[in-house]
Amino acid sequence: MRPATPMPELEDERTPVVQIRDLWTQFGSFVVHRGLDLDVMHGEVVSLVGGSGSGKTTLMRQVLALETPTRGEVKVFGIPVHSSSAATLKKIRKRWGVLFQEGALYSALSVYDNIALPLRELRAFDEDFIRDVVMLKLDMVDIERRHAVKMPADLSGGMVKRIALARALALEPELVFLDEPTAGLDPDRSESFVSLVHSLHRKLQLTVVMITHDLDTLVSLSDRIAVLVEGRVLANAPLNVVSKLDHPFVRNYFQGERGKRALSVAPPPRGTP
Amino acid sequence: MPDPVAPATSAAPAPVRILPPEIHVGDAGSVRLTGAWDIRALETHAADIQRRLAKLPADAAHVWDLTGIQRLDHIGALIIWRAWRKTRPQNSRIRAEHELFFTTLATPKPDTSEPPVPWLLRTLITAGAWIPLVASHGRSFLVLLGQLVIDTLAMLRHPGLGPWREVSANIYRVGAQAMPITAAVGFLIGIVLSYLSSEQLRTFGAGSFIVNILGIGLIRELGPVLCAVLVAGRSGSAITAQLGVMRVTEELDALSVMGIPQTVRLVLPKVIALAIALPLLTLWTTSIALFGGALAAKAQLDISVLQFMTDLPGVVPAVNLSLGLGKGAVFGVLIALTACHFGLRIQPNTESLGTGTTSSVVSSITAVIVADAIIAVAFNNVGFS
Ligand SMILES: Nc1ncnc2c1ncn2[C@@H]1O[C@H](COP(=O)(O)OP(=O)(O)OP(=O)(O)O)[C@@H](O)[C@H]1O
Ligand SMILES: [Mg+2]
Repeated sequence: MRPATPMPELEDERTPVVQIRDLWTQFGSFVVHRGLDLDVMHGEVVSLVGGSGSGKTTLMRQVLALETPTRGEVKVFGIPVHSSSAATLKKIRKRWGVLFQEGALYSALSVYDNIALPLRELRAFDEDFIRDVVMLKLDMVDIERRHAVKMPADLSGGMVKRIALARALALEPELVFLDEPTAGLDPDRSESFVSLVHSLHRKLQLTVVMITHDLDTLVSLSDRIAVLVEGRVLANAPLNVVSKLDHPFVRNYFQGERGKRALSVAPPPRGTP
Repeated sequence: MPDPVAPATSAAPAPVRILPPEIHVGDAGSVRLTGAWDIRALETHAADIQRRLAKLPADAAHVWDLTGIQRLDHIGALIIWRAWRKTRPQNSRIRAEHELFFTTLATPKPDTSEPPVPWLLRTLITAGAWIPLVASHGRSFLVLLGQLVIDTLAMLRHPGLGPWREVSANIYRVGAQAMPITAAVGFLIGIVLSYLSSEQLRTFGAGSFIVNILGIGLIRELGPVLCAVLVAGRSGSAITAQLGVMRVTEELDALSVMGIPQTVRLVLPKVIALAIALPLLTLWTTSIALFGGALAAKAQLDISVLQFMTDLPGVVPAVNLSLGLGKGAVFGVLIALTACHFGLRIQPNTESLGTGTTSSVVSSITAVIVADAIIAVAFNNVGFS
């Protein structure tokens, strides 16, 4: 019998899941973030948009405690990630899942083992049960079971993305970070990715932080859009508010030809009848 | 859902007390599940819960009441689903928001994977795997060699287009930068050899023969081999790893599609560089080793360093030096070819990178020793006075 760890007794959905305050990042003399603030509430899908090189990936890596900002505070689940002990951080790390821009599958492990790895690390489940979980996750991301024995090098780019997503979801995270989830997917798969996130969101009240350049995904998934320009969050608001902002970046982004087309088919904001 | 414009804090529900997962078995065969059935809770309780669920008699008459479950995720649903023997019991009550998990589980995708190969066949396949492996190594080595010859001939017609910058950079890396380590090892080996031999020679009163032994031994044999083994470990592994990483990052493919032949850009400079650098390095290592040997001879046999060096040309024919340097060039080409061969065969994954680098070093050292033996037999009546 394992020693019983205390249950998280109180479930408070009112503290922000991610809270960033006055964050500064500097590489040499090059300043990426200048006093950035951002809140992500429980159960929200927040999309982070911004030009190439505006510091989206860097911001995500800082929230994930992979990099330390020059200045400022980042709290995840109310816990400061850059000043916490390794043990506290380990607890947070079990509650989030990450899809990296390049997938980051372990190249020496098969698809099956990639997804099974985090489950095995828990040492709570037997192999037979893990098999069922892996198959379930493969079903969820729409990967046929016969691909389970393949090695990552033998997969197409889109498959890598979906399997990396399955691995990110292996531990049933409450918070999911997605860096460019639909880049490299065909339109059909992008569509099914969107419906997967929708259904997960409904089932698990998942909180999602997503970096994307894909307007269709952005429009159909986001509760809120955080616009990253000039090292700050220019706005963190629903699509209909953000798309009307008067800023050169936003004008180019949403009111260009592609933006208009995507917005014209935008569904009404979710939650409103 | 809260009003999306302002991050509302008032609309969210108040904190709820979450309880650990629990199974309540009623009198009339009813089973009631309560508490949190998610991975966070099950992480510590899974083994216990699964055991208790397995103990429940498997009759369909159970009434399952899942409405007391506070939190559910796919892991929790799967544990319950397995307790149900993967079919939904007739009598079950589930919260509406939890229904979705069981709908997913009830509609699995078909498994179209191929059936596993039978045990005997698999064993035979594994046992015989080395035959095609050796064949494919032989084949790709030949292809590499052939391509190299073709490219070299083409390059000789337009020598100006040769990869001379790469050659010079490689000579610096594999040659100049290896000088300290080869010197240190050579010096120590010279001392050790000198000590061992002088001990034996003194018992026969033949102390002055130390010059012959060290001269022939180091110049003809140990110098080149020592140097080659060090370079194989140092530069051979680096070459294999570099080419392997280029495979992993698709740089090799990028070269191919630009029409830049890999052999000219990557293999040829390394072969030329090692063919030039290794003889020079051999000369350097052998000299230092002889110097170390001479110092030890002074201490042991009282032969002065000056006398050692004056005697040397008399007792060791100069052809031995040419032989030693020639061997250096041959070993250099062998090491470069082996390292490139293994590097280009690496599959795009980290595991293959590791095993490829190891095999490369082991194979190139073996190749050096084999070549050394062949040369020793072929030249057995050359260079002895
Ligand atoms: N370790 C580093 N050292 C120096 N500069 C860095 C480092 N990491 C990131 N940068 C710089 O910070 C900026 C932001 O990079 P980041 O990868 O976060 O961009 P991004 O918003 O994710 O862009 P994209 O949309 O193209 O992925 C870039 O200009 C990049 O060159
Ligand atoms: Mg990025």
